[in-house]
Amino acid sequence: MFNDSLHKPPLTPGRVFRLSLIMALVLVLVGVASLLMGTAEVSFQKFMAFASGSLDPDDPAKLIILRIRLPRIILAGLAGFSLALGGVVFQALLRNPLADPFILGVSSGSAFGAIMGILLGFTFSVGIPLISFAGALLAVYLVLALGTRRMGMESSTILLTGVILNAFFTAVIMFFISIVADSRLHTMLFWLYGDLSQSRYAPLVLLTPALIAASLILFSFAKELNLITTGEEIAFQLGVDVEKAKKTCLVLVSLLIGLVVSFSGLIGFVGLIVPHLARMAFGSDHRLLIPVASLGGATFLIAADTLARVLISPSELPVGVITAFLGAPFFLYLLRAKGSQWSRS
Amino acid sequence: MEPILSLRKAGFRYSVSWAVKGVDLDVLPGEMLGILGPNGSGKTTLLKLLDGMLLPQEGEVLVHRKSMVTLKRGDVAKVVAMVAQENFFRFAFSVLDVVLMGRFPHLGRLQFEGDKDLEIAVNALRATHSLELSERSIHELSGGEKQRVLLARALAQEPGVILLDEPTSFLDLKYKKEIFDLIASLTKEKGLSVVIVSHDIELVSQYCHRIVMLKNGSVHMTGTPDQVIDAASLESVYDCAVFVDKNPLTGKPRISLKP
Repeated sequence: MFNDSLHKPPLTPGRVFRLSLIMALVLVLVGVASLLMGTAEVSFQKFMAFASGSLDPDDPAKLIILRIRLPRIILAGLAGFSLALGGVVFQALLRNPLADPFILGVSSGSAFGAIMGILLGFTFSVGIPLISFAGALLAVYLVLALGTRRMGMESSTILLTGVILNAFFTAVIMFFISIVADSRLHTMLFWLYGDLSQSRYAPLVLLTPALIAASLILFSFAKELNLITTGEEIAFQLGVDVEKAKKTCLVLVSLLIGLVVSFSGLIGFVGLIVPHLARMAFGSDHRLLIPVASLGGATFLIAADTLARVLISPSELPVGVITAFLGAPFFLYLLRAKGSQWSRS
Repeated sequence: MEPILSLRKAGFRYSVSWAVKGVDLDVLPGEMLGILGPNGSGKTTLLKLLDGMLLPQEGEVLVHRKSMVTLKRGDVAKVVAMVAQENFFRFAFSVLDVVLMGRFPHLGRLQFEGDKDLEIAVNALRATHSLELSERSIHELSGGEKQRVLLARALAQEPGVILLDEPTSFLDLKYKKEIFDLIASLTKEKGLSVVIVSHDIELVSQYCHRIVMLKNGSVHMTGTPDQVIDAASLESVYDCAVFVDKNPLTGKPRISLKP
């Protein structure tokens, strides 16, 4: 053999499992740390007592952990997981490392759907998430139909189209919020910048299985995504049913983004930052990238939301403000540092 | 010999006028087939019909005597491999990763490449003299190295026929010869068929067993280089005055432009 690395395939199920497990452990650690942080103090001893079930049921720490912080952390984890996964899949399908559900206008399309749902009096448990999904699908359809007609998917036209769609959907949302004298809608302003503070367990029961199912199916398309990043014609020649793979992945990502936005509002740039860092650390193979970037996204958003809770405590920030503070400079850095290598149309 | 790929009265049009019309062609095992013709004569369209990328609106394409339209995409990819003219890798993959992608049609949905696939990829890298590149990023390679790696990926597909679209158009003299030598040795040693679309009449006439000359989407002439490459046919197809004699080293037709 020429050298040692050729004795074993570069990526094995064992390696994917081990690295995913490490990322999952980091996620749990960050989640526990987040449980302990916040305006009201919860000591580590109290947490250990809670975890072992020996905490006095009337202890306020129990209420804080169980009713306030835990559902919020779980929602942050699910949202970060989905947004990062959405970024990975969009970047692969569009062969554009700057694609992100927020930048492409898919998140604001979902928010537009959710607002329509609120105005039409849909329920928060099922109706609004579903119409939010429809809004995401509409945005994906528009950005592909308008952004790729002549220029091909790699071109920056698609990002510009997304930015414009984003502006348009946001304007429509603001229009409805302004003309409807409904006090509930005014609270939605906060939600527009990403808000996880209203999380309850009940909606998570719907969200969690949907996200797990969609993620598993997306993972099963990982090899197809690898090939699609090298060009659709080449993927087709190597035996990928490109149209089927694209349609399935776009619908599933729309589902993820639609559901998450209906619960957490507009949180930008998670799908940009996390996949990029994951690619730098673990390479471009989607069989590894999908699990590690998704788990990394969950960890990232839990950490960002913890910052949102504690930075100006006892008051708090919308988490979207934190991710935009980090994400916008990151986007500009990527554009400047790597723009020339991506500018091929 | 049973042909691997056949076109039967195949025609394709992108809009109104036919890019390829009424083409009959058999690709035989172990042959190196050159496709020549001026710009717009339908060379690339013909290659895409052979690959199944385009489906003919007239006639049919047969893969081992079975109609292309009845086959699953993955089954076509086990028989036909393609090295496209342009390859751009947006994200960084190692050379070994790229060659292992050639195993895609042979793997199940959730199956990872195993030891056998690795062995096939390593052999493909060895056959294309690029084993020492295996750990490099595809982004770091020169044009000639990248072309060899893409050829290795096509070999890892274990196809019956490899289609090459202008494989040497961006390469200098040394790498052009290297690629053609490599392709010739693959047909000789592995019994692979190779179909090459090229503008390089000289190289094609030196290396190919058989040449198809296209003109306006139809076959103008088919035969050995000696039969196809002569001044009259080249002038009529390319609309350019040429002088043809024999290469003193190989005895194959040699083309010179008339001043």
